Amino acid sequence: MIVMQVAILIFVGIAGTAVVFTRNPLKQVIGLTFFGLVMTLMFFIFQAPDVAFSQVVVGAVLLPLMVLLALIKIKTKEEGQR
Amino acid sequence: MNRFTRTFLFLISGCGLLVFYIWGARNLPGFGNYPGPYGNMINTLTVYERHVTDTITAVNFDYRGFDTLGEEFILFASVMGANLLLRKQEDDQEQDPPVDRERSRMVPSSSDAVRVTGLAMVIPIVSFGIYTVTHGQLTPGGGFQGGVILATVPLIVYLCGDYENFKRITSHVLTEVAEAVGAGGFALTGVASCVFGMKFLQNFLPLGQTGDVFSGGTIPLISALTGLEVAAGFVLLMISFFRQTLVFRKPGEETRRP
Repeated sequence: MIVMQVAILIFVGIAGTAVVFTRNPLKQVIGLTFFGLVMTLMFFIFQAPDVAFSQVVVGAVLLPLMVLLALIKIKTKEEGQR
Repeated sequence: MNRFTRTFLFLISGCGLLVFYIWGARNLPGFGNYPGPYGNMINTLTVYERHVTDTITAVNFDYRGFDTLGEEFILFASVMGANLLLRKQEDDQEQDPPVDRERSRMVPSSSDAVRVTGLAMVIPIVSFGIYTVTHGQLTPGGGFQGGVILATVPLIVYLCGDYENFKRITSHVLTEVAEAVGAGGFALTGVASCVFGMKFLQNFLPLGQTGDVFSGGTIPLISALTGLEVAAGFVLLMISFFRQTLVFRKPGEETRRP
């Protein structure tokens, strides 16, 4: 159990750092989705299934979706002005 | 601000953070040690006091219900704020049909495999969402968790079909009403306990038998109302985001045709 906990914490650290250091917003969203899934696993391993439920939907589906849609809107706006 | 100044400021604040972090982390209790009496007490008490087996839901919707009410209204206010920002503005035109891909790019529509799998998932997800909302007092879950699970259903339909399908199964007015009912109902439940001469949000319904779906008094009621509010709030957010990205265009914005 302790091995899994240590491993998942390291994984969360790596995934989070990777999201921060990704500069392209589109690629960052993909990283963010992955980070959401890793966080879900983390909550699950630390025996918080309540939080894991919300995290899997909010972190891996809804938040990336909203960022993506906002990026699309910005892009259409820029192209319209060109 | 140039690169040098930024790095300099970062190093100063980074050092400050490091000092405070080490100072704060030194006196933390050991990993997995819980020093306070409150958590252990509530773990043993919930079944007797509230006839509820999931302590987390009991804390969220009963012992600490006032806090959750605040959280609920944070969500409510942020959904409203996002809707206000994404509203239809005066010079916005609605493009018909709505376009969800660049006009110059040929994108294949979703394959049959995606459609069949997605549509097959709809009913299980709806049932699981409702189960999570209604069984929050027995097993992990509750209003918020079930609500977000239910909110993914229109998204799966959009993934399988197109924006028209999404529009057909969601209703802007209905989600608005559902969100208002959910948020208002939670607050009114609190007021109702005042009417019965108890404290705000105190549990006033019969507690029922432990392990029953309708056990826990007001806990399943508040859980259901929260589920309604959260699901409706997220669907409302999706509707306005989709309308803003796929339907509304400023004049001259869609001049690029192939």
